[in-house]
Amino acid sequence: MSYGWLILGMTAITFLMRYSLFAWPNLRFPPVVRQGLHYVPTAVLTAIVVPGMLLPDGEHWQLSLENAYLLAGIACIAIAAFTRNLLATIGGGLAVFFLLRWVLGQI
Amino acid sequence: MSRNQLYVRGLRDSVPMLVGIAPFGIIFGTLAGVGGLSIWQAVSMSLFVYAGSAQFIVVSLMGAGASAVVILLTTFIVNLRHVLYSATLQPQVQGLPQRWRLLLAFWLTDETFAVVQRYYIVHGRTPLAHWYWLGVTSALYACWVSSSLVGVLFGQAVPNMASWGLEFAMLATFIGIVVPLLRNQPQIAAALAAGAVALMTGSLPYKLGLMAAAFSGIAVGVLLERRQLSNTQDTPSNEVHS
Repeated sequence: MSYGWLILGMTAITFLMRYSLFAWPNLRFPPVVRQGLHYVPTAVLTAIVVPGMLLPDGEHWQLSLENAYLLAGIACIAIAAFTRNLLATIGGGLAVFFLLRWVLGQI
Repeated sequence: MSRNQLYVRGLRDSVPMLVGIAPFGIIFGTLAGVGGLSIWQAVSMSLFVYAGSAQFIVVSLMGAGASAVVILLTTFIVNLRHVLYSATLQPQVQGLPQRWRLLLAFWLTDETFAVVQRYYIVHGRTPLAHWYWLGVTSALYACWVSSSLVGVLFGQAVPNMASWGLEFAMLATFIGIVVPLLRNQPQIAAALAAGAVALMTGSLPYKLGLMAAAFSGIAVGVLLERRQLSNTQDTPSNEVHS
């Protein structure tokens, strides 16, 4: 299969999932589902972030002080908790990350 | 506020996200170039699929010579979380014409979801709120597509850029979104559960662990919220639960 067809297939799959419940705007969910939806951002994004910090290559645990993903991730959490400011968190976190990579000789 | 004011406000509120999306788009473009995609293929993936983490994973699968079935199945599983986003924002698109629902669905990403959902929590549902949504989402889309293009072009000029670790921008963005949400026990417990299960299931193929982790976090959050509710009903007090 060529890359063009693959991209088309990925487009269709992704769009259908995004549109899935917009197709029935009048559908009401039972209370337990509506309650559960409050936890969607927290659960999904944490499930992406935590392995990204502890297993940066997706396979191997890196519980060390040479793991810039882990250290800068912790710095991000601290900045976010104290400032509650998204720009400060992203900008500050990236600055800490690249400083660490430079100090650790990883760039 | 008028349509224009809401649209501009949406553009403005998306600025912090752009700082996180641009490096991630650049690294995607770089990796796509390294993985053997042409400029047009890499940019069209950003234009049409428009799903950062799925694109990222698929490019590495393509580089490893994975079959089409594996690539499409991976896209499905990695993007399953969008069904949850669609369900969460569904009450807000009630009453919007079909063309709006199609457009907003096409542009529904992690970052758009986070900004728009927060807006609805703070401001409630107003008749023109979808113009705010449009402002957020069009800015993020333009940034993603253009930074992907920059990445492909830069990647050719600076060959080792793929090893810089620009993908950390995505982690920083998500941390900035999640931490302010952790305001009560059920939310904190949901995060801890999702993180722990994600680590335990990390070896499952095709990122299946992501969905297992998401549902564990959601279940823990709901269970704890229900327990707290029944406790407060048993022992009436003046304490305010946030």
